[in-house]
Amino acid sequence: MKIRAQIAMVLNLDKCIGCHTCSVTCKQVWTSRQGMEYAWFNNVETKPGIGYPKDWENQERWKGGWKRRKNGKIVPKQGGRLAVLANIFANPNLPEIDDYYEPFTFDYEHLQKAPELPTAPVARPLSLVTGRPMEKIEWGPNWEEILGGEFDKRSQDYNFEAVQKDIYGQFENTFMMYLPRLCEHCLNPSCVASCPSGSIYKREEDGIVLIDQDKCRGWRMCVSGCPYKKIYYNWTSGKAEKCIFCYPRIEAGQPTVCSETCVGRIRYLGVLLYDADGIEKAASVEDEQDLYEAQLKLFLDPSDPAVIEQARADGIADNWIEAAQRSPAYKMAVDWKIAFPLHPEYRTLPMVWYVPPLSPIQSHANAGAIDTIGEIPDVRSLRIPVRYLANLLTAGAEAPIVSALERLLAMRIYFRQRQLGEGDGAAVLAQAELSKAQVEDMHRYLAIANYEDRFVIPTSHREEAEDAYGLKGSCGFTFGNGCDYGPPHSSLFGGKMGRRKLTPFRPLDT
Amino acid sequence: MLANSYVNTLLFGVYPYICLVVLLIGSLIRFDREPYTWKSDSSQMLRKRELRLGSNLFHYGVIVVILGHFAGFLAPHWAVDWALSPVAHQLLAMVVGGIAGLTAIVGLTILIHRRLSDPRIRLNSRKWDIAITLMLWLQLLLGLLTVPLSAFHMDGELFETLTGYVKGIVTLDGGAAALMVGVPLTYKLHILLGFTLFLVSPFTRMIHIWSGAGALSYLFRPYQIVRTPKTRAEEPTRP
Repeated sequence: MKIRAQIAMVLNLDKCIGCHTCSVTCKQVWTSRQGMEYAWFNNVETKPGIGYPKDWENQERWKGGWKRRKNGKIVPKQGGRLAVLANIFANPNLPEIDDYYEPFTFDYEHLQKAPELPTAPVARPLSLVTGRPMEKIEWGPNWEEILGGEFDKRSQDYNFEAVQKDIYGQFENTFMMYLPRLCEHCLNPSCVASCPSGSIYKREEDGIVLIDQDKCRGWRMCVSGCPYKKIYYNWTSGKAEKCIFCYPRIEAGQPTVCSETCVGRIRYLGVLLYDADGIEKAASVEDEQDLYEAQLKLFLDPSDPAVIEQARADGIADNWIEAAQRSPAYKMAVDWKIAFPLHPEYRTLPMVWYVPPLSPIQSHANAGAIDTIGEIPDVRSLRIPVRYLANLLTAGAEAPIVSALERLLAMRIYFRQRQLGEGDGAAVLAQAELSKAQVEDMHRYLAIANYEDRFVIPTSHREEAEDAYGLKGSCGFTFGNGCDYGPPHSSLFGGKMGRRKLTPFRPLDT
Repeated sequence: MLANSYVNTLLFGVYPYICLVVLLIGSLIRFDREPYTWKSDSSQMLRKRELRLGSNLFHYGVIVVILGHFAGFLAPHWAVDWALSPVAHQLLAMVVGGIAGLTAIVGLTILIHRRLSDPRIRLNSRKWDIAITLMLWLQLLLGLLTVPLSAFHMDGELFETLTGYVKGIVTLDGGAAALMVGVPLTYKLHILLGFTLFLVSPFTRMIHIWSGAGALSYLFRPYQIVRTPKTRAEEPTRP
């Protein structure tokens, strides 16, 4: 056994209000520059919908993640090493920028400079790729916001597999939920496996997956290799970029920008200890529906003396072990089993987990006669089909989702009964197989969600962290050749691909 | 003018070494000092159309052409004599080189059309991106023109002369340039443009050829890469 630690994230979808604050703050900090306008390290999608880039979940189309061969070995779905190299000149599975969206600005200047016109002037969209006017903006990172667009298109959603979806197009039966998405910082990342130049790596000490910008050659295999489509090709720099899990903040013990700014307080960050030697075996289990359980078994109990001893032997510092014992991620994923990985069937063992959302009872006409099983309403009568959530979070296995939803409901019923003096909630707890202490804890973490409970991030050890002070004092966090790089700067060796002129290419007359 | 012996020595005796030195030292400096600029500069993300066909035809064609040049010109004499007669050697070079060259030039024509006609690609091209593709196209054309030319010299003698020249350059033989005096103009232009391509390579996207060769190491590495704080600390720091 080789124990490694990772800062894992859990998102409580039950509380996500779809405000996009995470996306916007992330963009402002990391991707508001030429070549990355179209890229959102974090974006929030409304489900059901086909998402951003279009249809990203459909791996028959995009070939992301891993596939299991008959001999039990897993290889990247886009092909083994030879196939990847053979496709290096033109990646057949690479999305085009239009699959995300063509980045744009608006011709605001026209509003001020337009001559007298019979109608009010309008600011037309201008492409940031060509600088030219665009006929129409056709897609974006939250295009299906609050069920925008026709049901026919949205219902192409991959998670409708084995769901009788037609009735959900009717107004009375429609449902929705938000899905904030970022890099999963997987235990078995297929982007790392797909990189011909070996520039992508997982950090041993905190599990963050990063792209070495100096080593990336722009072969683009990681973009197609990642099933979550969370690696973006910077079309100006010719390098791939991805969510860096705000590693300079994590090293300093601070939460990521998306977590820090989440107004719904739905994000949790905590240490998970896992068995690195078991990764390949867990990712190779035959039945896709067993992948969730297999990954769960990799997580080690940080209070177990044997684990602590081995963790120390493997070089994990005591403050990390102590943080693992207080980890909200461990409580939600392992103790309470209310958090699940996103699409475990991709076999990447993702480390950003989700608490499935509760939803209103299916038909309020029946509100007086809700099906209940024992003390708890039947979660199968909730508006969001259980199978839909299962397709999203457990490769279609419904039992774990049902159990998690029941526990979330049990917590509410328990506290309502106590609040209204309707009883001690013992029966409902027994049915959900929760102890009183557990449900009090769940309430503290899920409902109160204090900052110190949500974010338990040990600082990196000084001798292991990047020397940020030195970087700041000398060159800053720059790309390229340290100090002497800084736009505008012409290099003997080429510089950037993008247009120099960032403002409208050609002024509009009308 | 190219027949003048001073100019001949300058162009075929001195210029090649200038080009090779700039290629090697220039690439090394760029790799070491400006690693962030070292990349393939793919524009596939902006437009897929035409790229898949054009890029595959061009790259696979040109790889055969380059390997063919290495094999044809640098293979030791005894190895070639053992395998083929000079005439058969030339015929093989003409047929394989001709087919691969045609494949490459068709692919490159598609790529040039794409680069010049698609506003997304055109507006995001550097001057050198366009210049280098046009130079490569011309070089492929010159190379292909030598195929019918060679058909008039089927005795293998001209081929021997050219092989002697290339080997002379590689083995630092000061007299190599003299071999080029009587060679037809098309060959001369092909050789000069070839060395010029070496000369400009470090300053263009052509450096990705080195990495293309380097990417072969992918075949032998494990899928997963984990860096520890220790290994990261041992990496060379940026200048």
